[in-house]
Amino acid sequence: MSGSDFTPNEMMTIAASRALSNDDVCFVGIGAPSAACNVARLTHAPDITLIYESGTIGTAPDVLPLSIGDGELCETALTTVSVPEMFRYWLQGGRISIGFLGAAQLDRFGNINTTVIGDYHKPKVRLPGGGGAPEIATSCKEVFITMKQTTRGMVEKIDFFTSFGHGEGGDHRRRLGIETKGPTLLITDLAVWKPDPETKEFTVVSMHPGVTREQVQETCGWKVRFADHVEETPPPTELELKTLRDLQARTERAHGGKKGA
Amino acid sequence: MAKFQSLKEAVAENLRDGETVAFEGFTHLIPHAAAHEVIRQGIKDLTLIRMTPDIIYDQLVGMGLARKVVFSYAGNPGVGLLRRMRDAIENGWPRSIETVEHSHAAMANAYEAGAAGLPCAVFRGYRGAGLKDVNPDIRTISCPFTGEELAAVPAHRPDVAFIHAQKASRRGDVLIEGIIGVQKEAVLAAKRAVVTVEEIVEDFEGLHPNLCVLPHWTVASVVQVPGGAHPSYTHGYYARDNASYLEWDRISSDRELFSRWMKENVLDVGPDVFASRVKGL
Repeated sequence: MSGSDFTPNEMMTIAASRALSNDDVCFVGIGAPSAACNVARLTHAPDITLIYESGTIGTAPDVLPLSIGDGELCETALTTVSVPEMFRYWLQGGRISIGFLGAAQLDRFGNINTTVIGDYHKPKVRLPGGGGAPEIATSCKEVFITMKQTTRGMVEKIDFFTSFGHGEGGDHRRRLGIETKGPTLLITDLAVWKPDPETKEFTVVSMHPGVTREQVQETCGWKVRFADHVEETPPPTELELKTLRDLQARTERAHGGKKGA
Repeated sequence: MAKFQSLKEAVAENLRDGETVAFEGFTHLIPHAAAHEVIRQGIKDLTLIRMTPDIIYDQLVGMGLARKVVFSYAGNPGVGLLRRMRDAIENGWPRSIETVEHSHAAMANAYEAGAAGLPCAVFRGYRGAGLKDVNPDIRTISCPFTGEELAAVPAHRPDVAFIHAQKASRRGDVLIEGIIGVQKEAVLAAKRAVVTVEEIVEDFEGLHPNLCVLPHWTVASVVQVPGGAHPSYTHGYYARDNASYLEWDRISSDRELFSRWMKENVLDVGPDVFASRVKGL
């Protein structure tokens, strides 16, 4: 049985949650990833290990945290380590299977900008910056990205390389000595994308129910490539929708009317 | 050897114009009361180090007290941008600031190197990242054994570190628990450390032997300021005031509103107001 009525954002979060498995050790980025990771934990992946960069390992929050260091993350974690330990032993040490990132600007090769719009030294808009992302992008075994499609966000050329995806494509990661896989999945509010095995360009492999190719292209700043066989993303199940909505309702109550990170 | 002082004395005695200072606390235990005292005393031309500058550096920058900010995430966590810091970077209001930008991994490593007495930190980082093209402090070093190219950044050695903690003992030993962030490293990397605490207890007897404790001889000054982390939180005492973080987005969006808020809530009050701010949290 499927959920009868859902928003593109809900579809995005649920599609992203499905990509995670019980065995994953997931470094959860600020923003949209947090909802997806917790929906996975509350549905098909109850034993997934969620790690936030504040040092909380194996956390299971009842509401989505507003920040990556809310008290509940620590209270429900298996253990909480210092921030240097988090970045040195756990991330750099190669213990994390999936880094889950959001993006302000993204290009077709999964390179992300969350630093500046315009020139770095004379920015039009100064964004918060990378935080943990530069090393999450290269130290996790693979990287998932989730974001809403807009032509402002999905661009031909990003203004700044906050974190490295596949660079110019092909074997660019290898040439820089990066041994991890990098971005292997992009989940938007309209589609699921995977990198082409050779060129590493993100390619649409599945469109969400009711979405057209035109919609995907209109909201993307580069010429979209579609796989030979584009599937339809299965719609959210009743359980997935209920889990997400309950989580968001609890979160809104907890934070006084604002959705969590 | 830790002195027990008023916040006014502790700040006046430890921090001077032009110095390098780290206020640390990773979302948790952010030393807001101490930063407000620095603002009241108008200590200026500061180089501010902090992984996530957030509200306290937005306030210090907005009040024109910072010359330079060394950071890795200039955001209001979970809310958005730092509007005062942006105004200083984009428009030079109320003064222009120099920025030195790193990743979290680099900042954490730099504190650890400072605590370890090393001149620099070495780690696997910044690969393919644009920051190394705009920050000359990010360099590379070859592993002498494997030849692997690694990132190197200078150690953080602040003149003063400010942190907030749960408890101090009568001797001045400091206990931190929950999300411990980089506070231990910041204190051990700094020449002097000032610690505000929720509570002063007789001693730490009977506590778990592996709790994060800074011995009194690593700390210059201990000040009891209940609620001193607000709107950040103190694990075991009060929760994060997320509504205040959301509200800051509005206050900081306008120069005049910001200045008025700072006068009413920082300049015209003292550290004792913090206790009332955390009631009910």
